[in-house]
Amino acid sequence: MQPFRVHTGKVAPLARANVDTDQIIPKQFLKRIERTGFGEFLFYDWRRSADGKLDPAFPLNQPQYAGASILATEKNFGCGSSREHAVWALADFGFRAVVAPSFADIFANNCAKNGALTVVLSEREIAEILERAKMPGYQLTIDLVQRNVRDNHGFSSSFAIDEFTRHCLLNGLDDIGLTLQHEAEIAAYEARHW
Amino acid sequence: MLNPRTLFEKVWDEHVVCEPNGRLPLVYIDLHLVHEVTSPQAFDGLRAAGRKVRQPGRTVATVDHNVPTEPRGTPITDPVAARQIEALQKNCREFGIPLFDMDSPDQGIVHVIGPELGCTQPGMTIVCGDSHTSTHGALGALAFGIGTSEVEHVLATQCLPQRKPKSMLIRVRGRLPEAVSAKDLALGIIGGIGTDGANGHVIEYAGEAVEALSMEARMTLCNMSIEAGARAGMVAPDETTFAYVEGRRFAPQGDAWDKALERWRKLPSDPGAHYDRVIEIEAATMAPFVTWGTNPGMVVPVSARVPELSAWKTDSERQAAARMLDYMGLTAGTPIEQIRVDRVFIGSCTNSRLEDLRAAARVAKGHRVNPRVRALVVPGSQAVKQAAEKEGLDRIFSEAGFEWRESGCSMCLGMNPDILQPGERCASTSNRNFEGRQGRGGRTHLVSPMMAAAAAIAGHFTDIRNWRFY
Repeated sequence: MQPFRVHTGKVAPLARANVDTDQIIPKQFLKRIERTGFGEFLFYDWRRSADGKLDPAFPLNQPQYAGASILATEKNFGCGSSREHAVWALADFGFRAVVAPSFADIFANNCAKNGALTVVLSEREIAEILERAKMPGYQLTIDLVQRNVRDNHGFSSSFAIDEFTRHCLLNGLDDIGLTLQHEAEIAAYEARHW
Repeated sequence: MLNPRTLFEKVWDEHVVCEPNGRLPLVYIDLHLVHEVTSPQAFDGLRAAGRKVRQPGRTVATVDHNVPTEPRGTPITDPVAARQIEALQKNCREFGIPLFDMDSPDQGIVHVIGPELGCTQPGMTIVCGDSHTSTHGALGALAFGIGTSEVEHVLATQCLPQRKPKSMLIRVRGRLPEAVSAKDLALGIIGGIGTDGANGHVIEYAGEAVEALSMEARMTLCNMSIEAGARAGMVAPDETTFAYVEGRRFAPQGDAWDKALERWRKLPSDPGAHYDRVIEIEAATMAPFVTWGTNPGMVVPVSARVPELSAWKTDSERQAAARMLDYMGLTAGTPIEQIRVDRVFIGSCTNSRLEDLRAAARVAKGHRVNPRVRALVVPGSQAVKQAAEKEGLDRIFSEAGFEWRESGCSMCLGMNPDILQPGERCASTSNRNFEGRQGRGGRTHLVSPMMAAAAAIAGHFTDIRNWRFY
């Protein structure tokens, strides 16, 4: 897994609440059996009209957000289906982090397993970032070492994250490997319980 | 004496293998359910790392999301779907996992067959790469959905590092009114607390109304916990639970049954146990509900109207509501009963069990589906289908003009050929009314099986409390 330490990147705003994973990656693209190649289908029904043309009104289609690596959005992002394809699509499109007032649980877990960071900030801070993201080339720096989000225009905020998730992200750890270090305890548990 | 503990805490404590310093508790998983959509990349990961499945005997696989509901034996016309189903067949063979395949009499939606086969038992930890795994909590199990990386983790280790969720008690006082189902209760709760109302929590449903629910109705209720953002939903096991589990194929037998019962009877929450949040609901305030928007929290009683934008406090909420009305092709203030439907779907892991089909058939009996409406009934499993046919429910549906299909997830998420066309409006017994969920541009209204059947016949939503039963 790619480690996440300090990342600076362009911010794309998606000013909608309760964005569900069906929107992030519609079901017709879940039939692939690989982890790769989902980026072009990200937000497919929002990015493209019914005839397949890109909708110029959708933020990710606007030239000023090309190459964005941080998505700023509203509360409860990633709700609904557990499909990890949603995270694969965001990552494949180029996103390394999502900042929002809250995330759905399974989505946040799935991000952590893929080296993508979910940053929880207050509603007010997110509103500020969504506003600032209208500035051409607006960037944020997300510093997982210091647990801080900042820009070059005076915005700075700390964020909370559980230590284990942070540790895995900072070091790009494969947590299956970590669990397997407890083989003896797992075997003992199994022997005790059945 | 130990501190009083909740049902959830008892199951959690029992399954913590170890709590390594600075890491999350490692939780043992008793049962891992696998389906074709969220597993292929997990098996690839195992192969790449040279790992095996630790406990193939605690792993059960079936195909449900992609399978056509046309008569079995009809070839799968979508080559990508076929490839995914073949991948699961190959992976199960290679790793020694039992698979209930397309041609199996036990095939069905993973959350229908788990309880049906007796795989799901009180006090277990259960995971599946599917958010509606919360369904299994109806039996007093701790059951939650996971992503594909976690599927790989469980295959390899039979464990998951997990942050301990918070606990929430939802107590439903009194009895549900006539014709108000578990689905309506679930919708009423989500409408009340919102789609993120239970984020980070495990819900325990309790109170007289919940105790009075049948096992299948409890599954419907727990199924939609995820729609309120919950990690899981649970109901304390009781005599209803034990009677349901007893005698099922994978349930404990003989002495093992007596021992299991003894263990299970200790699972209900202790008096005075602490919950992080407690919500009290009066069952009498529940009604047959219909969703009007594009998330499951947008709920109104069938006797009400599509809400006015002035019902929201902030600009951002009003904009979101306006967007929903636009997508749904609705005008604020329209009476729900005047909304016409084009399609009806009775099925999904929420509402495709025998009792759901019986309830819908009772409504359909002696009536005809409106000629403008196309209505599908998709049993949750082959076993449900056979049981329903034995009772003649298939004939009631067919005579009324409903299509009677083979088992699978079908139109709940439209990964198979059962989808809505753009602009089509559907009364659906499924769990999500997200944009495009049932097909791009499709408009989904979530309802109970009785309400769906009534809408099929009337051609528009209609209050089941006024229905003419034959």
